[in-house]
Amino acid sequence: MNLIVCVKQVPGSTDVKINPETNTLVREGVEAIINPFDLYAVEEAVTLKEKFGGNVTSLSMGPPQAAEALKETLSVGVDEGVLLSDRNFSGSDTLATSYTLARAVKKIGEYDMILCGYQAIDGDTAQVGPGIAEELGIPCVTYVKKIREVKDGVVILERMLETGFQVIEVKLPVLITVVKDINTPRLPSLRGKMKARKAEIPVWTAADIACEMDRIGQPGSPTWVRKIFAPPQKTSGRMLSGEISQQAKEITEELKHLQLI
Amino acid sequence: MGIRVDSSKCSGCGICAKGCPFGAITIEDRKKEHPKFKRIAVISPACTLCGACVKACPFNAITIKKEEKKPTEDLSIYKGVWVIAEMSEGQFHGVTFELMGKGKELAEKRNTYMGCVLLGSGIKEKAPELISAGADKVIACENQLLKDFYDTVYVETISAMIKEYKPEIVLLGATAAGRGIASRISGRLKCGLTADCTGLDIDSNGFLVQTRPAFGGNIMAEILSGNNRPQMATVRHKVFKPLEPDAARKGEVIDFSMPEGIDRNMNIKEFVKDVSQQVNLADADIIVSGGRGVGSAEGFEIIEKFAGTLAGAVGASRAVVDAGWIPYSHQVGQTGRTVCSKLYIACGISGAIQHLVGMQSSDVIVAINKDRNASIFQVADYGIVGDLFEVIPAIIREIEQSGN
Repeated sequence: MNLIVCVKQVPGSTDVKINPETNTLVREGVEAIINPFDLYAVEEAVTLKEKFGGNVTSLSMGPPQAAEALKETLSVGVDEGVLLSDRNFSGSDTLATSYTLARAVKKIGEYDMILCGYQAIDGDTAQVGPGIAEELGIPCVTYVKKIREVKDGVVILERMLETGFQVIEVKLPVLITVVKDINTPRLPSLRGKMKARKAEIPVWTAADIACEMDRIGQPGSPTWVRKIFAPPQKTSGRMLSGEISQQAKEITEELKHLQLI
Repeated sequence: MGIRVDSSKCSGCGICAKGCPFGAITIEDRKKEHPKFKRIAVISPACTLCGACVKACPFNAITIKKEEKKPTEDLSIYKGVWVIAEMSEGQFHGVTFELMGKGKELAEKRNTYMGCVLLGSGIKEKAPELISAGADKVIACENQLLKDFYDTVYVETISAMIKEYKPEIVLLGATAAGRGIASRISGRLKCGLTADCTGLDIDSNGFLVQTRPAFGGNIMAEILSGNNRPQMATVRHKVFKPLEPDAARKGEVIDFSMPEGIDRNMNIKEFVKDVSQQVNLADADIIVSGGRGVGSAEGFEIIEKFAGTLAGAVGASRAVVDAGWIPYSHQVGQTGRTVCSKLYIACGISGAIQHLVGMQSSDVIVAINKDRNASIFQVADYGIVGDLFEVIPAIIREIEQSGN
C-alpha cells in the first residue's frame, strides 16, 4: 500500500495574544511542533504500511524550517519526506494550499490513500483535506475514527459525526482525515531518531510540481485577511465565598436570575 | 510576492519579528552595507501577508502590495444570499434557522433575496417551514439519492445549483457534514471559503466581511473573499439567532433536478448512534464537564447526575479521556470538540490552555475546583473553591428544592 500523509508545522501553543494598546501581536518563545492531529495520521499510515507493506511519504508545505517536522515523521517510521517551499507559496489560503499539495501528490504519483489530520490547531478550518481530494477528484472521508478493514482495493471506515458514527465502505484511492480516537501515536525509536537526523529532506518549488502560478500563493487565494484584532476582553469573574451550602445557594440564584437554568 | 522590506528604512530592530504570529521574520546581518544599520528584517515563505508587521514597524519600512485582481466576470450578475439547509433524521439542524436569521439581514443590506437550499428525499413538505423561518425562495432538489448524506452527491448538486442561479453569498453550518462539503464546493467553483465565522457583515463596497477567531480564539481576523463569487462561509451552531417563525411569510419554491450521472463513490453501510451521549455535546445549551478532580471512572456518575439535573450534556478534559474514564466523543478542547454553550460548568478541571480554547467562548462559565490557583478560574464568570463531591450535591439539592 502506498500512503501519503500531509503534515503541517504549527506554533506549539495557541497562546498568541494581541497587545490591545498597540494592536500588535505578542508571540513569546513559541516553539514549532507538528500539528497534533497530523501525528495520528502519521501513526495510522505507518501502521497500514506495517500490515500491508508499501511505502509512506510525508508531505508538508511551509518555510524551510518545516523540514524539521518532516524529519520527525521519519523517526516514527515514515520512509521519506518532501517539503514544498517557495516564496511564491506565501499568502496561500486553504484553496491555494489544497491545490499546491495536490500538485505534489500528482508528482509523487502512485498512491492508495492520503491521510491528513482533520484540522490544524492554528487555523481550525478542516478545509485543506477535502480540498486536496476535490482537486485530485478522489473520494474523501472526514473525521475517521477507525479503519476497520482494507481488502481487495476497498477500505471500511468509521466516520465520527456529532451524534454517533457512520460505517463507510469506499474504494481506493481515497483521502481520509483522522481524529484523535483512531490510535495512540508511538514514540520515536533510537534507530528512527538516527535515521531522521541523517536524512536530507528534498525541497520542491512551484516549478518542480508544475503549478499554475495564478493558482498558488496570494494570487491563487480568493480570501485575504483585512484586519486582525484582539477579541473583546472578558470582564473578570467573581469568586464566591462562604460555606459550601451558602455558595451553592448563591450560584443557583445567579444562574436562575440569568435564566440559564 | 507582495511584501517588501525597504532596506533604506529598516533598522533591524526586530519589533516586526516579535509581532509576527507565524514566525516568518528573522533579523539577519545585512549583505549590502548601510551607513547606520548592520542588520535587516528578512521575510520567510511562512509569511501569510496578514499585515501584523506593517502595523508593528515604527519606521514604516514594510509594505504589502496586494495584487489587484480584476474580477474575471461581471459581479452584479450574482444575486441572493443562500443558506444550505442541513437535516438529520427528518428534522432541520438548529444551525439552519440561525443562518437564515443572519442571511435575511445580509440579504436586506444587499437589497436582494434570501434563498434556502433543501436537498433530500421526501422533503418537499418541509419547504413551508423554511419559508416561515424567513426564506424568500426555497431551491429544492428531491431525489432518492439524496436520502442519505453522501458528500459527493451533495457537492455535485449544490455546485450545479450555484452555477445556475449564481448567488453572491452561500452560508453553511460548521458541522461535520457542512465543513466537509463546503471545502469541496469552494474547490470546485474556485471561490473563497471562510471557516467558523463568528460575525458576518456587508462592507461599503457590498462585500461580505467575515470575522473569525484564530489561534484558539486569542486573535480575531476579518476576512474578505476578493472578487470571486460566491463568497462562502461556515458558521458554528448557536452563534447567530434565528428569526421568530411566521406562517404568514410568503416564498417561492423552485424545483431543481439533480444533475445526471453522479457517482456517490462510497457506500454508507450503517449509522451507529452514540448511546453514551444523552445530550449531544456539540448542540447543548448547558454542558457539565469533569476533569482529573473527578478521581475515577465511577466518579463521573456525579457529573452525569449534575448534567441530568440541568438537562445538559457531559463533557470531559483530555486527561480523563486519555485515562479511559469516559469516551473520546465527550472530550472538549483542542484535540476534542470546540463548544459554545450558554452555560459551561467545569468541575475538577485545572484549565490547561488546550482545554480553555475549546470552551472559553461559552456565554457563562462556572468553575468548581479545590485549587484556588487553578487557571480555570481566570476564564470563569463564577468560581467556587471546594471539593466537587461536596459542592455538586449541594447545588443539586438547591436546584431541586427551589423547583424549576
